[in-house]
Amino acid sequence: MKISKINGKGVYVPGNDIDTDRIIPARFLKCVTFDELGPSLFYDVRFDAEGNSKNHVLDQPQHKGAKVLISDVNFGCGSSREHAPQALQKFGISAVIAESFAEIFHGNCTTLGIPCVVMRQEDRQKLVESIELDAEADLIIDLESLKVICANNSYDISMKDSAREALLAATYDPLDTLLSEKERIDATARRLGYL
Amino acid sequence: MAKNLFQKVWDNHLVGQLDSGQYQLFIGLHLIHEVTSPQAFGMLRDKGLRVAYPNRTFATVDHIIPTDDQTRPLADDMAEKMIQVLSDATAEHGIEFFAPESGSQGIVHVVGPELGLTQPGLTICCGDSHTSTHGAFGCISLGIGTSQVRDVLASQTLAMDPLKVRRIRVEGELGPGVTAKDVILYIIRILGVNGGVGFAYEYAGSVIEAMSMEERMTVCNMSIEGGARCGYINPDATTYEFLQDKERIPEGAEFDALVDKWQSCASDADATYDDEVEIQASDIEPTVTWGITPAQAISITEVTPDPQAVEGLDRSLITDALEYMQLPPNTPIKGTGIDVAFIGSCTNGRLSDFQAVAKFLAGKKVASNVKAIAVPGSEKVDVAARALGLDKIFEAAGFQWRKPGCSMCLAMNPDKLVGDEVCASSSNRNFIGRQGSPTGRTILMSPLMVAAAAIEGEVADARVVFGLE
Ligand code: SF4
Repeated sequence: MKISKINGKGVYVPGNDIDTDRIIPARFLKCVTFDELGPSLFYDVRFDAEGNSKNHVLDQPQHKGAKVLISDVNFGCGSSREHAPQALQKFGISAVIAESFAEIFHGNCTTLGIPCVVMRQEDRQKLVESIELDAEADLIIDLESLKVICANNSYDISMKDSAREALLAATYDPLDTLLSEKERIDATARRLGYL
Repeated sequence: MAKNLFQKVWDNHLVGQLDSGQYQLFIGLHLIHEVTSPQAFGMLRDKGLRVAYPNRTFATVDHIIPTDDQTRPLADDMAEKMIQVLSDATAEHGIEFFAPESGSQGIVHVVGPELGLTQPGLTICCGDSHTSTHGAFGCISLGIGTSQVRDVLASQTLAMDPLKVRRIRVEGELGPGVTAKDVILYIIRILGVNGGVGFAYEYAGSVIEAMSMEERMTVCNMSIEGGARCGYINPDATTYEFLQDKERIPEGAEFDALVDKWQSCASDADATYDDEVEIQASDIEPTVTWGITPAQAISITEVTPDPQAVEGLDRSLITDALEYMQLPPNTPIKGTGIDVAFIGSCTNGRLSDFQAVAKFLAGKKVASNVKAIAVPGSEKVDVAARALGLDKIFEAAGFQWRKPGCSMCLAMNPDKLVGDEVCASSSNRNFIGRQGSPTGRTILMSPLMVAAAAIEGEVADARVVFGLE
């Protein structure tokens, strides 16, 4: 499925170097499928030791159902675990806007069809302010024109070319393409002595 | 044209270029474990696919295995289920599984090298960021996500963007008590947690060349903490000598032929790099972290940073980190009280790590308020250490000697920090909550420094505690 536009509410989770352990604490990695991860997203910042809500932005009523997560520098650093983007996706997040992203996290998100969009600090600040004024405001990420539109404002964004192309061409999940090269794969294996 | 190792191994394994612009790379060795891989078998099943090259994939369990009582079924139902799912899936697809008590089980990045599965010139993947460890042998070794584990299982290939290569030369000679761990913590401190984004790191120079394979693995292990996609060291006589007697390595003429092949993968003398960094060994001292990323590190003789001395983003990063760690600014890190001491993990859980510490433990005792645990990285490390009587030396000093696993490196097994305990840890990550308590505090350091901290009950200079100067 081609991904060119994301449309939904935005929510700002501030912080630099938000690592994958914070996005999904390690104890929730005990699973044999990813299906149940959504509720554990950012668990330790959302809930106290007794499991009571700390009224984190993600749990505030005006931000319920948000589809676009906005954050700061180096989002998703740390582990290569796909549990982090899987938890975001299962929670309902369809795109992330940040100053920058950690590389493996970025790759994992792209494979799942979650665009990682880069927006400059001043623009993000303006965008966050407009969301704070109106949490229900519709936020549109347009990957074709590389713009975000929200509350009548337009913001420039950028994206890694290969990721953008893969999302627009619906080739972000590479498995079918990889498998179609079966003959060349086997030839490579033979050449390298693996067969 | 002269090439570096990365370019040679990449070109060798290249299947072709994909329409997306990415490249398709054949994967020579695929390692899997119970946390990130069972889900991939489910994805295969959903698509009706089989494993393409089952003899190029090997499985182990490490993250969730308890280190006190490993009797099956495990007390933790979910942990037991994860092992079971992996065991069933590997059996179904004809993949070799190093189960607990098989004699070969252990942390995936300890097991690959010690069996001789990890070899120079390979492309290696594992659903685990510290796959960079294997680069110590001269490989392209990449941590991947679960969907990519699925891709490798189904096709034995990976879609990849090419990387730039930065050569980091560490020249000179390390001082007494300064270890491979201090070298890599220093490199990350200098280049930052994002310094390596888009790069493979080639570690070189006289200090790296003089290192044993286990020390080289410690360095490569933490490449990922510096943001690099992978790290490697050119194979040399040290590499071949290490591999010679390993279980999965052929003998005689076949071995000699392998060595020739391996040697041909090493970077050419006149190879070029996208970036070069030179580091002087004499600048490196025993290094410890004070914050919540591995780059937030200082030498044992320094003071914690002062947020007021910097501006903007840096100020808030330092303020937040010090606040979380409950450390005052501008204060010596030496003397910071600890509650737990942990020696182990894929960074520093190999035989030589325990040997290096055992040498100095005789007649010493862990401080009474410190819980100290030593956790071998694999069953083979455990057996070898016991044969040398290391377990007894550690126990006599007040350490608990555990069964192999990831243990306190991350909180997926019963070994966890409680509350805001401070842990002197030989592992690789000091992220918030990493060791199992949302308020737990981790101070990364070398095994020798962990031992010194355990004995003093506070962060200490191993050179002083063990009379190394
Ligand atoms: S020891 Fe730690 S870093 Fe290494 S594989 Fe286990 S959990 Fe990961």
